[in-house]
Order: sequence, then C-alpha cells, then structure tokens
Amino acid sequence: MPSLSATFGRGAATTFQEDLQSSDCILIMGSNMAEAHPVGFRFVVKAREKGAKVFHVDPHFSRTSACATNYVPIRTGTDIVFLGGIINQVLQQERWFKEYVLPYTNAATIINDQYVDAEDNGGVFSGFDPETKLYELDKAHWHYAGEPTPSAAVVPPEAKAQAWNQTSAAVKRGTPGRDFTLQHPNCVLNILRRHYARYTPEMVANTCGCTQEQFLEVAEQMMLNSGRERTGAIVYAVGWTQHTTGVQIIRAAAILQLLLGNAGRPGGGVMAMRGHASIQGSTDIPTLYNLLPGYIPQPAKSRQCNTLADYLEQEKVERGYWVNLPKFVVSLLKAWYGDAATQENDWGFSWVPRITEDHSQLPTFVKMAEGKVRGLFLMGQNPAAGAPNARLNREALRQLDWLVVRDFFLLESATFWKDGPDRPDPATIGTEIFFLPAAAGAEKPGTLTNTQRLIQWHDKAMDPPGDCRSDLWFIWNLGRHLKSLYAGSAEPRDGGLLNLTWNYAHDQPEVLPDGSVSRLQDEPDTEKVLREINGYRISDGSQLKAFDEITDDGSTACGCWIYTGVYPEEGCNRSRDRIAVPGRHVNPDWAFAWPANRRMMYNRASADPDGNPWSERKRYVWWDGEQKRWTGLDVPDFPLDKPPDYRAAPGATGMDFIDGDSPFFMHSDGKGWLFAPGGIKDGPLPTHYEPVESPASNPLYEQRSNPTASIPEVPLNPIAPPADPDYPLVATTYRLTEHYLSGGMSRFDSWLNELQPAMFVEISPELASERGVQHGDWVVVSSPRSAIEARAMVTPRMHSLRVEGRTVHQVGIPIHFGYAGEVTGGQANELIPIIIDANVSMHEGKAFTCQVRKGRLSQPSDTPSVPVASRPQQEPMPDTPTQAQPEGRSA
Amino acid sequence: MEVEVNPGLLEGLVKSEPPPAHVPMGFFTDSTLCIGCKACEVACKQWNGLPADGMEWTGQSYDNTRQLSATTWRHVTFTEQALPQGGVRWLFNSDVCKHCTEAPCRQACPTGAIIRNEFDNVYVQQDICNGCGYCVAACPFGVLARSEADGTAHKCTLCYDRQKDGIEPACAKACPTDSIVFGPVEQLRRQARQRLDEVRAKGQPQAYLYGAEDAGEYKRLNAFFLLTEEPAAYNLPEAPYLPSASMRRKYMWSAAVGLGLSLLSAVILREPT
Repeated sequence: MPSLSATFGRGAATTFQEDLQSSDCILIMGSNMAEAHPVGFRFVVKAREKGAKVFHVDPHFSRTSACATNYVPIRTGTDIVFLGGIINQVLQQERWFKEYVLPYTNAATIINDQYVDAEDNGGVFSGFDPETKLYELDKAHWHYAGEPTPSAAVVPPEAKAQAWNQTSAAVKRGTPGRDFTLQHPNCVLNILRRHYARYTPEMVANTCGCTQEQFLEVAEQMMLNSGRERTGAIVYAVGWTQHTTGVQIIRAAAILQLLLGNAGRPGGGVMAMRGHASIQGSTDIPTLYNLLPGYIPQPAKSRQCNTLADYLEQEKVERGYWVNLPKFVVSLLKAWYGDAATQENDWGFSWVPRITEDHSQLPTFVKMAEGKVRGLFLMGQNPAAGAPNARLNREALRQLDWLVVRDFFLLESATFWKDGPDRPDPATIGTEIFFLPAAAGAEKPGTLTNTQRLIQWHDKAMDPPGDCRSDLWFIWNLGRHLKSLYAGSAEPRDGGLLNLTWNYAHDQPEVLPDGSVSRLQDEPDTEKVLREINGYRISDGSQLKAFDEITDDGSTACGCWIYTGVYPEEGCNRSRDRIAVPGRHVNPDWAFAWPANRRMMYNRASADPDGNPWSERKRYVWWDGEQKRWTGLDVPDFPLDKPPDYRAAPGATGMDFIDGDSPFFMHSDGKGWLFAPGGIKDGPLPTHYEPVESPASNPLYEQRSNPTASIPEVPLNPIAPPADPDYPLVATTYRLTEHYLSGGMSRFDSWLNELQPAMFVEISPELASERGVQHGDWVVVSSPRSAIEARAMVTPRMHSLRVEGRTVHQVGIPIHFGYAGEVTGGQANELIPIIIDANVSMHEGKAFTCQVRKGRLSQPSDTPSVPVASRPQQEPMPDTPTQAQPEGRSA
Repeated sequence: MEVEVNPGLLEGLVKSEPPPAHVPMGFFTDSTLCIGCKACEVACKQWNGLPADGMEWTGQSYDNTRQLSATTWRHVTFTEQALPQGGVRWLFNSDVCKHCTEAPCRQACPTGAIIRNEFDNVYVQQDICNGCGYCVAACPFGVLARSEADGTAHKCTLCYDRQKDGIEPACAKACPTDSIVFGPVEQLRRQARQRLDEVRAKGQPQAYLYGAEDAGEYKRLNAFFLLTEEPAAYNLPEAPYLPSASMRRKYMWSAAVGLGLSLLSAVILREPT
C-alpha cells in the first residue's frame, strides 16, 4: 500500500476496526464492508446506533448501502473526482484543521520550482517520459525545494510495491523550507488548492453521476465531523485498489484525512479492509517478489549492489526511524543463515536472490502464456478462475511443464486441462499437474495477521484427514528434500539454500487438544517459526522483547523486525492472548498488533502539539508532564520520553532529528505528506483519470487515462477503445457474503452454496427494458476478452446514472463463480482485462466496459463437477450418545 | 419358560421427573441491526446437522432460502423497496420459530410430541411425533414442516442442547451485529421496548415490536421482532390466527346448526303429506 506509506509512513491501515465505533462520521467507499467484512461491520453499526453518519458511496447498492444512513451512487472509477471534490470544499471553505495541519503535515513545505502540476500540463506531472511511459523518479521533479537529486535511493522500475525506506528517502535533508504563513505560491497547501480548484460540485455531479446535493451532504458531514471534538473515518477495500488509479484514490482519502485532522485520532483514520485472510501478513512477511520481511527492499540486479555495504548505502535514510535499516537487514540475514552468516562473508548477503525484472503476478502470467515459465506452485491461488483475464491465465497454465496445486478440492486451476469455457483438448496439453490436498484452518496451528495488523494465533483442533497437510508442512518438507538434493554442492549460488536455517522439527511429539498424540510425524513446529520471526539473541537464544533491541553486529537474529514483541520470552506467545476488558475497545492483551502492539498508528497526533488531548471527548494518547512520558489508552506511537517541545539540534540524524510535534516519524521529515515528494510512481497528487476502458471522456484533461498504466499487447487481451459503441456499459465487480473469492473456499460447501447457488448479474430496470430483459432471464455479458452467461437480477438497487448529460448504465457482476465445484456459473474474470498499474502491478477489475444481451451462449455452461453432497454427511457424531446427536440428523 | 429382559431395554419406558422449570428464554430479533449476512442460517444448519435444501436460484432478491422448513430453522428475508421519493430500501430480517406462549402446534398435536420444555420453549420430541402433520396446518407462521426423510415434524429447538449446557443458541452466537439476542424473555421484552424508543427517536417513528405483547386472540411470543415495515413485508402474518381461540364459537355454531337441523327434520317428519 504505497499510498498509505507515502502519506503516513507505513503502508497499513492506520486504525483498527473496533475503533470505528468512536467515529462521528464514517465514509465507506470502495468497500462492500457489510458483505465482505460482516464481523468488522458490527463496529460501523455500533457507531451508527450512537448517532454517527454512515455514508456508502458505491456504484451498486449492496447490503452495505442498506445499512448505511446515506447511499450515494457513483460511476465506477470516478472516486478521485468525488474525493477531490471534498478536498476542494475543505480548502475553499477554509475548514481544514489548521492547528493539526500546520505542525503535523507538509502543508507549509515549499516544493521546488521545477515542479509542474498536471493541471498546467494537460494531465501529466513534470518528469514524464513518453518513451518509457514512466516518470523520471531519479530526477527531482516533485521534490522539496533544496533537496538533492535522489540518485541512489530511488526505486527501480521493475520493483512494484515500494519498500518504506525508499519512500522516506525522497526527503534527505529533512529540513526543507517551510512557510507557515502559506504565502509562498509553491507551498504544498497552495499547490493543493490550485490542483483541486476545478473539482467543483457541478463537475463532481457531472462526472460521477450523483447529484450535487448528495455530494455536498457527504462533504458537509465530513467537515462537520472534524476538529478538536469530532472525528470521521474512511473505510476502503479492493473497490479502490483494483483500478489503474487505485493507489491515488487511497492517497486522496489519506490527504483528506490529514486536512481534516483525522489521522492518528480515535474515530478517525483510514481503515484499509484487506481482501483476503492474512493478506496483511503476506505483505509483512512477503510473498511479494520485491520485498524482504518488514518492508525492506529486495536487492535488484539493476542496482549493482554487490556488497551489503553497497546495498545499505543505496538504501540509506539518514533521518527518521529508517536509520535503523542496517540492524534489520543484518539480523534478518542472521535469522536466515545462522552461523553461516558472518561479518567476513557480509552476513551472507550474496545469497539473497536479486530481482531481475517485474516478477509480479500479471506480467508473470503474460510471460507464462508465451511459454517462458516452466513450473508453478499454486497454494491458495486459483488463477484459472480468480485472476483477471482468466482465459489468458488458463492458456498460460497450459504452457507449463509442471504445476503443483495445493487446495481443498479440484478447483478450476487443477482441472483447466479438461474443463472450462474454452473446452480444451487434454491430448494437446503437456502440463503435468500434481494435486496435493490442503489442511483447513482448524487442522493446523499458526497465525493470521488481519486487516488491522493484529497477529492472531489459532490452535490446531484435530489432525487433517487422509493425505491433507498444512502449507507449512509442504514448504518445510520441500525445503528439507531440496537441501538433501543439493547437499555437498560447492556452487556459490547454492549457498543460500544449503545454509538456510531450517530447524523447525517438533522437540516432542505433537499433542492434540484432546490429549492424544498427532498421527502426523513430520509436521513442523509452527511456534518455532514464530519465535524466529520475533527474533532472539544469538548468545543465549533468549527472545527479543522489542525491535529497539535489534543490532547490526550479528548478535541478534530477527525474521521480521516489525513483528518483534509477538513472542517476547520463552513460552510467551502474545498472539495467543485473548483478554478483552468489558467496556473497553482498546485491548492490548487481545493478540498482538505490530508495530510494538500499537492498535492505532501515529497516535501522537491524538494530542495537540503541546501534548494535551485535543478534547476530553477524543482523548487517546497524551504527554504526562509529571512522569515526563507519553501515555494513554494505547501504546504510544512515539519515542516515549521525547517531550512535545523537543526540537532537533542542527545536524541531528536518525530519531534525534524528529521534533516533538512530528507524529509521522517513519518519514524523514516527520510529517504527514499531503504532497508526496516520493514513494508514488504516477504523481505526487491524486488526479482524475478515466479507467482505461470507459464510455466517458476525461472532463479535466486531454490525457484520458493514467499515462503510466501498461497493457500487455497480446492477442488474448484486447481492450475496448474509449466510448466503444460495441461495449457501451460500465461493468463493476464485487463480492457476496455467501461466497469467498473465486469459490475455492466456498463452492464445495452445500451450506453456503444453497444460499447463492447461481451466477447472476445485477442490472437496472432501465437497462433491462432497453435490452428487453425480464427479471430472471438468461443474459450474455460480453467484453472484448470473452463472454459469460448469467441470470439477470433486475433491481432498482442498480442505478443508471446521468453522466455528461447522457445515461450511463452499470452492470454489477459478482466474482464468485467458475466451472468446478458443487455449484458453477459464469466467471467474472473471463471479462476483465489485464491492465497493469505502475505502482503495485494491480489490474483494473473494478472498472471496464461490457455489453449485455438477452439469451445464452451457444456452448451451455458446465455442469457441476462435484455432486451435491447435502452436507452434512449422515454418519453419527463419533463418541457421542444417541440423545446428544445433532437434532437435525434425521430431518 | 422364563424370559430374560435386558434391564436397559426398560429404561426408556420409565417416565422420569421433568427437569425443574427455568426462567422462560427466547429471542429478540432486531431487524434494524440485521445486515443480511445469513450467518444465523449457516450456524443453525451446522450446529443442528441440517442438510442443505437444494441449489436453486429463486431470483427473490438475495433470498434463495425461501422459507422455514424441516431443514431450515432460520430464514433471512430480503425486501427491496423502491421509494416513492426516489432511491431504494433493502430490509433484512431473520425469521425463526416464534416459540408462542400459546402455541397452536402444541394444541393441535394429538400425541403429545410437542411440549413446552423447562426453558418455556416449544419443543418437538422427535421420537414421539407420529408425523400426522396437524401442527403443520395449525402454525400460522408456516414454521413447522414434515421431513421427507423421517416423516416427522421438525423446527427450531431454540438449541435446547446448547441451553442445557448453559450456552446461547448457535444463531445468536454467530450474529455479528447482535441483531439476534437470546436471553430471559422478560428481560428481552424490556430491552426491546427500550430499543424501540431509541429507533423511533432516531427517525423511524413507524417502528414497532411484533409479538412482544398479546395481539387480539393471539398471545405474545417468546421470539419477537422489531420491525419497521408492515408484517407482510417480512413474510409475517398481520394477525396470526389461533385455531383454538375460535373453537368454542365453532362448537357452539355446530351444536346450534345441528340442533336446528334436528328440529327442522322433526317438523318435516311430523307433517305427513
């Protein structure tokens, strides 16, 4: 989430779901929270019942809209217009929270005079190279006045999802010129004013398709619920991320929250609702190709960093918290390579793989379709149904030599060689597929890191059946086999594998909750992995208590510095704690939140510059003048003993540079970034671009869509031109509560399937009547990529909008179906193009164009591949007397 | 010849003392807090081991459950309303057996299979039910149904087994927004009245409690609802019909008609033509 790290310092939700109940106004946009996150939505309902306004701004009226106090329909892909409109209102009406904004953000900072705004340049910012379609981030186009050119610490273009230190490195000196009188034309707030001046209510209504009144009501309520006494929160999810402008949409929300003084305060913040279980965990300890654990950059071949010293010099940040980078890197190498990592061999830095190009998912599958990838492991991934342009993905999988699928049932990605809408001929497919059944959540122990950085442990309840095994079992045993295969190799490149610490075997046989010994003898000890992630001292093996104990002299090992504290001493697994104090919603003994068990990040901002709570009503963290410490309801996110009036001495470095009124100390200037001098690849300020596929023109610029978005030019990925008469409808995709993702975790479960048994698309009565479609009819939805069939749900919940003086119809497409499982149906991902955003390699699955006609495809849909099991199986419960058998067994 | 009887065989024939009465327990379902997630439906099926009912898309909004049945004991209704002033409203409510304080199903049951248990819940004793189906016809809410599998009538047990172990029913446990609350009925009624005042004060003056108090001949329910639309919008009867309430009147009418007919026939027969 580069948007949040570029605004606040860390790329994660700033707050936690329980705290939404403290909010006075909640704006839910790009999220269908009631359906996709129903358990967290309880806190939104609580806030609403306490009197908070809840706005749902979304292309389709969902269960979230039904539970909100106000619903505002907008055309998909116009979120920056809507948010920019609110920013404009805040600035025009001078209703920004001055006492917060001036000290805590870079509002007064002066930007260098080479900067040219997109508003003055036809829709591109200064520094755009039309050849590469990228901005020249290595030149100081968007930098603070007086900053040196960032030659070294700039992110290589092949690395998507930026490391946090690289964001921070955009500000080197940290003491930029500031004009607190806001007279300088190039101070950030004035740039902001000019940039959003054209986002008027008329323009918002005309582009988004809502009414001016609807828009102004949201803006007014957001402004009313800010300041000392009141706060508002913004909730988003993949409805914002899955755009070519996704990172910038989130940036717009983060800017708004800074202007309103809502970041780091109770009831405020930007609540990112992550799209998958433990997806936060999978970026913290990343499955990403370009990050090391804890948001440290993976070394890149193009950067020529042959030694650790080279690498650390390139990634060096002199001010703010990232001065500690060398400690985190050396301790990570010690955790990975143990005794083999010595000062003499650079702690084994040469064994860390270098990235050579963009290895993110979408480009990799495009290459795979060209036959350039030989083998693939799929674990909890279903690209044959669950990734954009599923047809291209299946074509890619058919080019592989081998494929390992670990999942619960034979889903689309394990049966693409014989099933699917493209009717493959198995005889022509050479891919050898290994299907390994996976253990379910209750059949393995471990942690999930949820959307609010909360690391929660779960125990294993029982052994998995048959050959099902945990993913950790698979990875650990695969590693053991590989190590024995390579044993004795003298090749330097094999040193990393051979020296990898891999000692996770159980010391004692594993005991299950019922006291019996597990029948599985080769499962690793998950807690050992967590202990290594937490970190320990090499000398005596004792656990590290906090990340300030991590060193760069090889005396500590730490698998992921931000997790330190989760296992602070022998036998103390804090992610297992479950103590909730009734009546309190900040519960430090309920699991462990990184960093340092802080539930709300940047909470220094919940106190005024002098360290006092902004108001009694919004007390959270404050400076205790007697004890000379920060204290409060949460773990303060600030050096505990740094007084509010601390001012850095000239020449100070590291955390000494951070003033007592700088809550965003992960940034090297300690400020929240309204204007991002670095960390974002497509502009320092969010600006409106149309989705690549869109029926509308860009009301602002000649430059219609995001200039940095890339479209793989392959035959299976055709794109509809702007305002294509063949595809005049706007398509958007979403989830239903009853299913999960492409169905890999739900479409084999009868209890869920009976609740949503078939694919449908939602269309408005106006569109239905134009197409002669009756409610319940079969319809074919087509895009330039493919076509699917579905039942028509004709409902007033879909709104046809007035955009630029004409009617635009939107088609709502749930994403859950596919051709494998107990219930099947047209899969939304057949229709979605592969368009890749420059920041994080994200597709644009939330906004594309399509056509709808009545009827069916010539090839009827597949029949279910799994017979209906009528859960549950009718065997009696074991070890249970007849009277205590479930009531419904005979029913 | 002596017949040896296994003593265990007779155990089931001995009538044991009923457990001591507990305070009446029930549900308060607040539709204004329901988010339509159907977690109650799934939790109920999972705990009670109920099978899925089929994979049929109904097109009735997001409701593919349709109705309460022998194998569906919670049912979330979805009501879409296009508002006259523009815009749309979507109402959710989780329907369940009402555990009527005067339950027509129990009155209609000829075998005594339907009882009030110690928690004052209406409970079908599956081993006594003979499957006659009178209760199915008697229930004005369409709660009871006869199972295709075993031919007997089934419905919500209010998780009798869980209550005996001191834990709340599965649906209430699973409900993320506390739209379904389980507890002592008297306390729930107080809570519901208080909640009703809040909801009305916050701009929904039309809100009301369904079944919290006696309504005409129908006595109050142990599972009652807070609703914001007329009952029909949630598939609930406006005035539930209690067959037994009209029985005295109907017997009188039958007797009167019978008497009248007898008299008439007597008169006709006395006058030969």
